[in-house]
Amino acid sequence: MPIRHNVCLLNRFPDRRSPIRPLMQPLTLSHYTLVSALGLGLGATLTALRERRSGLRPCDFLDAGLDTYIGRVDGLEEAPIIGELSCFDCRNNRLAQMALRQDGFEEAVAAARERYGAHRIGVIIGTSTSGILETELAYQRRDPETGALPPTFNYQHTHNTFSVTDFTRRHLGLTGPALAISTACSSSAKVFASAQRLIASNFCDAAVVGGVDSLCLTTLYGFSALELVSDRPCRPADVRRNGISIGEAGGFALLERTGSGEVALLGYGESTDAYHMSSPHPEGQGAALAMRQALQRAGLTPDCIDYINLHGTATKANDIAEDRAIVGILGKGTPSSSIKGWTGHTLGAAGIVNAIVSCLCIREGFAPPSLNTETLDPEIGGWILLDELKRPIDYVLSNAFGFGGNNASLVFGRAG
Amino acid sequence: MMHVFINGVSVIGPGLDGWECSLPVLSGREAYVEGEMPRLTGGRLPTAERRRATAVTRLALEAAERAISADVDPRHMATVFASSGGEVEIVHRIFCELATAERQISPTQFHNSVHNAASGYWSIATGSQRASTSLSCFDDSFSAGLLEAAVQAVTDGASVLLVAYDFPPLPPIAQFRPLHAPFGTALLLNAERSAHSLMELRLAFDAHPPRDLSRMDDPGLEALRAGNPAARGLPLLAALAAREPADILLSCALTGSLRLRAQPCG
Repeated sequence: MPIRHNVCLLNRFPDRRSPIRPLMQPLTLSHYTLVSALGLGLGATLTALRERRSGLRPCDFLDAGLDTYIGRVDGLEEAPIIGELSCFDCRNNRLAQMALRQDGFEEAVAAARERYGAHRIGVIIGTSTSGILETELAYQRRDPETGALPPTFNYQHTHNTFSVTDFTRRHLGLTGPALAISTACSSSAKVFASAQRLIASNFCDAAVVGGVDSLCLTTLYGFSALELVSDRPCRPADVRRNGISIGEAGGFALLERTGSGEVALLGYGESTDAYHMSSPHPEGQGAALAMRQALQRAGLTPDCIDYINLHGTATKANDIAEDRAIVGILGKGTPSSSIKGWTGHTLGAAGIVNAIVSCLCIREGFAPPSLNTETLDPEIGGWILLDELKRPIDYVLSNAFGFGGNNASLVFGRAG
Repeated sequence: MMHVFINGVSVIGPGLDGWECSLPVLSGREAYVEGEMPRLTGGRLPTAERRRATAVTRLALEAAERAISADVDPRHMATVFASSGGEVEIVHRIFCELATAERQISPTQFHNSVHNAASGYWSIATGSQRASTSLSCFDDSFSAGLLEAAVQAVTDGASVLLVAYDFPPLPPIAQFRPLHAPFGTALLLNAERSAHSLMELRLAFDAHPPRDLSRMDDPGLEALRAGNPAARGLPLLAALAAREPADILLSCALTGSLRLRAQPCG
C-alpha cells in the first residue's frame, strides 16, 4: 500500500521523486452515507451539489424567533425510534437512525459483522450537543412547585454525550470498543484518527465512525449571543459575509484495513491552538499544524492535494485564519471550497459531512463551488471555487476546526 | 496485550487532596473519611481565563497539573479528557435561561458549555498545541479514556496525559443522574519506560461484561467509585498507591470490559 503513493507521485511529478513515506496504514471507507439539509443519502447529496441547490431555509425550528437561515433535515419529527431502542428516542438519535438506513449502510455493517464478529468492530461517533434538545424542552415543562423535570425525561439515552454512540452500536449490533468524541466542531473528523489508532493497535479489525449533531436551542441562541450568526444564507470567504448558518447532519463510514471501497483515509492530523476558547489563532497556527501532520502521515507533499474541503464557516476570523494556514503550506494554487453554504455549519457533524463530500469528489471527479459566495474577500489568498470544477480528484484535504481551538485535518485518496 | 507505562498520577476528590496526601487511604493503610473537596484554583490559568473557567474545568485542570512533575514540559504531551457529563453546571444555567422568554445566553457561558472546555483551557494555560481529545462513554468514561490514551501513546510513541473528571449534575437533572461527589484523576502515559515510570500497565478489551468487576474494599471509597464515572479508575489508583502487582477488571463501553495487568516499576 505505501508503495502505491510513491508510484503515484512519480507519475504525477516525474521530476520530483518524493522522499517521504506514509506513516500510517491507510483505511478503506468501504461504505458511507450522509443525511443533511441536502437530503437523504449520497444520491440526494450529490444531486444537490451538482445542481447548486442549497439546503438552507429561513429559521423555522420550533419557536426559535431568530433572524437567520438553518439547514434543517426534513422528516425527523415523523421518524421516531420505536421498539427495543425506543428509550433512545430524541432528535439526535432519530437523525442517526435516518442516516444509518440510507445507502445500504446497515446491510454493509451487517456483512462486516459476519466477517469480523460483532466484538471486532469499534464504534466512534462525534457529536457536540447529543440529545440535549430533550433537556431544553424538559426544562420548559418543569413542575411549577417542585421544579422537577417530567418523569419521562431520560438522561442517559438522550442527553448524555455517549447516547448517540450507544444507540448506533446497539442499532447495528456491534460490541467492540466504543466512545463518543466531543470536541465541538472537530468532533467527527477526530473519530477517524481514533479509529485508525484502534485498528492499528489491533483492538478491532474495522470501525463504524460518524458524526451526528442536530438542531437545538443552545447552539442557535449561543452562536447568536456570540454574534456569529448570519441573517442570510452564509457566504464563506465572501467580502460581505457576516456569519454562519447552523445546520444538522448525520453521517457514517465503515473503515476497514482492506475493502471494496474506492476511497481511503490516508492521513490525519490533530492539534490545538493554545490561543482562545472561541476564536481561532489569527495566523491559523493550530490549523496549519493539523494539515501538515495529515500530509506527513499520508506521505504526500502539499502539491499532491487536488482539492481542499474547507472548514469555511463564513465567519471572518475562521475564513482568514484557515486561508493563512493553507497559503502557508499549499500556496495559492490548490482549488478549495466550503460546503457550509449548502448544508449550514453542522457543528459536531461538520467533520463527517466534509469527509463524505470529499469521498464523493474523488468518486465523481468534481469539486463543488463555495455556494452563495459572490465577491471574494480580497484578504483571501487561496483559490476559492466559485464554479464547479470538473476534473479527476485523487487527493483531498478535509478540514474541521472547533471551539477550544481544537483542530483536525484528514487526507482522503483513491483506495489502492 | 498492549502495554504502556504510567509516569505520573494525581487524584482529587472529597478528602483526597492530591496523590501524596491520599496514599495512606488509597493503599488501604487508613480508612477513608469523606472530607471537604479541595479548593480548585485553576492552577496555571491566566487570570482572565481563571475567572471564566467553570468549577468543572478547574477540577480537570487541577487533576491534570498535579500529575505532572516540575521537570516535565506539558507542551510535549497530547491529552485525552474523559468525562461522562462534562460542563454540567453551565449547561444547567443555559437550560434555565432557554426556558425564559428572553433566552439571553452569555457568549462566555456558551463557549464554556462545550464538552472540550477543559481541553481548550488546558491548551491555553500550558501553551500546548498537541492533539487533544475530549470523550464520553457514560459510566465507562474512565476506561474509554484510558484505552484511547494508551492506544495513542503506543501508536504515536508520544506522552499522553489522561484526565478523567466528573461533577455531579445540579437539580433538576441530578434526580435523573445522581452522582456521589466531584472526582478527578490524571495519568501520564508513555510508550517507553523511563526513570519516571511508576507502573507498567497491560490492557486488553473483552466484549463481555466483567464477571468479577474490581471494587474498593473500603466502603467509603467504594461508594465514591460507584458514584462517579471518573472514580471508576480507583482500583488502578489503589494498585499504584500500594505499589503492588494487580489484575484489574473495569467495565468498558457499557457492555464490555477492559482487563488491566498492573506491574510496579523498580
